[in-house]
Amino acid sequence: MELHWLTIHQLKQMLREKKVSSLELTQALIHRIGRIDDQIHAYVTVTEEDALQQAKRADEMIAKGEHPSELLGIPLAIKDILCTRGARTTCGSKILADYIPSYDATVIQKLKAEEAVFLGKTNMDEFAMGSSTENSYFGPTQNPWALDRVPGGSSGGSAAAVAAGECIGALGSDTGGSIRQPASFCGIVGLKPTYGRVSRYGLVAFASSLDQVGPLTRDVEDCAILMNAVCGYDPHDSTSVKFKVPDLRKALVRDLTGMKIGIPKEYFIEGIAPDVEKAIESSIELLQKWGARCREISLPHTDYALAAYYIICTAEASSNLARYDGVRYGHRAAGYRGIVDMYRKTRTEGFGPEVKRRIMLGTYALSAGYYEAYYRKAAQVRTLVKQDFDHAFKETDVILTPTSPTPAFRIGEKTEDPLQMYLMDVFTIPVNMAGIPGISVPCGFSRQGLPVGLQFLGRHFDEETIIRAAYTFEQNTDFHLRKPPID
Amino acid sequence: MKGMKISREAVQYVAGLARLDLSEEETERFTLQLNTVLSYMNKLNELDTSSVECMSHVIDVFNAFRRDMTEESYSQDVTLLNAPEKENGFFKVPKIIED
Repeated sequence: MELHWLTIHQLKQMLREKKVSSLELTQALIHRIGRIDDQIHAYVTVTEEDALQQAKRADEMIAKGEHPSELLGIPLAIKDILCTRGARTTCGSKILADYIPSYDATVIQKLKAEEAVFLGKTNMDEFAMGSSTENSYFGPTQNPWALDRVPGGSSGGSAAAVAAGECIGALGSDTGGSIRQPASFCGIVGLKPTYGRVSRYGLVAFASSLDQVGPLTRDVEDCAILMNAVCGYDPHDSTSVKFKVPDLRKALVRDLTGMKIGIPKEYFIEGIAPDVEKAIESSIELLQKWGARCREISLPHTDYALAAYYIICTAEASSNLARYDGVRYGHRAAGYRGIVDMYRKTRTEGFGPEVKRRIMLGTYALSAGYYEAYYRKAAQVRTLVKQDFDHAFKETDVILTPTSPTPAFRIGEKTEDPLQMYLMDVFTIPVNMAGIPGISVPCGFSRQGLPVGLQFLGRHFDEETIIRAAYTFEQNTDFHLRKPPID
Repeated sequence: MKGMKISREAVQYVAGLARLDLSEEETERFTLQLNTVLSYMNKLNELDTSSVECMSHVIDVFNAFRRDMTEESYSQDVTLLNAPEKENGFFKVPKIIED
C-alpha cells in the first residue's frame, strides 16, 4: 500500500526497521497534498519547510538509535484553532487571518517533545462554529468520499486530511461534536476526551466549559497512541484535571465479554436516515454476537440538550470573542473615528455571518432581563442532561448511539437554515454538556457509498472502556479499511 | 409577527452591545433567523426546573493557586509582534479621552 494510506503504528515499525525514512514519508505526503488538495481543500496552511526539517531531525535520531516516542517522525495535521509558534493560526477567520502565535499550545508542545512532524494547519468552521466546514473564511472543504458533500465540522479539514491520505493523523477540537461528526462523515476514528483530560492552553476559545482537544485517526490503535501523547494535567489550564493518565494502548483489547452496552431509545428519532438506522442496528447485532450485553436505556432529557447547548455555547462565545477588538492582535479596520467605531468596524469586517449570529444569540441570552429565562434555564437543563448519564452509567458500561442522524450532506444544502444545521449535532451535543468521553468509529456505508459512524460514550475519565469497545468493533469489521475514491 | 421573540429594534440593540454593525439586509435576516432559533429554545420551558441547580461546569473547579514566584515572561518585542499598530513599545489605539 502507498505510504500515505498507512497508520501511525504501521509506520512506527517501518521507521524503526528503516524500511522508510521520515523524510521520504513527509515528502510523499507533501507531494500528495500538492496533487489532491485543490479538490479537497483540507489545509489552510502547509508548513512544508518546517516539516522537512523536522523529518530530517527525526531521521537523525533514528539513525542514532534514539526512539523517544511512538510519534517520532510521523507527519500530522493540526486544526487551525491550536496555536503554533511562528506558524499562522487563523481559526478559519478573517479576524485572525495574519495571526502568528508567539507560543505553542500545550498539546503542540507535547507532540513536539515526541518529535512528530507537522505538515500544516487544517481548515475549519470559523471559530469552530459549524457542522460542515462551510463557515471558513478560506472557503469550504470537500468530503473525499463525494466532492459535492461536506466533510462535517467543525474539524472538517482534519477529518478530510486523514481520510484523503493527506496526513497520517490529526488533532481537532470538539465543543458539540466537532471531532466525532466529521470523523463519521469521513469514515475515520475521532475521540472527544473527558472534559479536563487534555489541556486547552493555546486552544483558541469558543465555549470554554465545553471545548476539548482530541485525535482524528485511521484506526483505534492510532487514536490511543495520539491520546497517550496529548493527555495530562497542565498548570496553564486551571480546568485540566490532575488524574493519573492511563496507558490507553493497554485498552486495545479485543474482547467484549460481559460488557454492558446501553442503547438510548431517545436517539432513534424521526429524521434519522434509514441507512444510518440500519447500520446501527446491524452493529448492535454484531456486538451481541461478540459477547456484549446490549439493552435499551433512557436518557429522558436528550430532546432538550440541543436547545440548552445553543444557549450555553453562544453565551460563552459572546464573552470569549469580546477579545477581538483590533487592539493587541488580529485584524484592525481602517478609517474609523474613535475607539468604539474601531471596535465596531473591526468586528463587523472580521467576523463571518455564523459567528455574528452566535455572538448575537449569546449576547441576547446574557442581556439584562433575559439572563434568567435563557442562560440560567439552560444551565439547569444541563444539570438534568448530566444526571441522565449519571443514572445510565450505574447500570451500563458504555452507551452506543449513531454519531450523526445522517451521512454527509451536500455543500450548500443547509447554509440558509441555521436551525437545520444545528440539528446535525443532536447526538453529539449531550456528551459535551455532560463532559463525558465519546469516540466515533466507522460502522457502515449508505447506499450512496457514504460512511456512517457509531459513537461509544463512557463515564467521566473512562476512555479505556470506550476504546476497548471501539477496538473490538473495528477489529471484527473492515469499514475502517476502505479508502475514498480520490487520487 | 405574532409570537415574535426578538424585534428588529432589539436585534439592532443587541448588535450595539456586541459591537457589531448590521446592514438593513443583515438586520432583516438576523431578526428572522434569531426568532426561529429562540422559538426552538422555548421548548426548555416545558421542563420544570424550579428545584434544579445550575451547572456551569461539569467538573468541580477550584481556585488554581500557585506560588507567587516570578517566571520568565515574553519580551516586549514578542508581545507586540501581532499588534495592528504600535509605537515606542506600546500598543497604539485611537484617543479615548475627549479633549
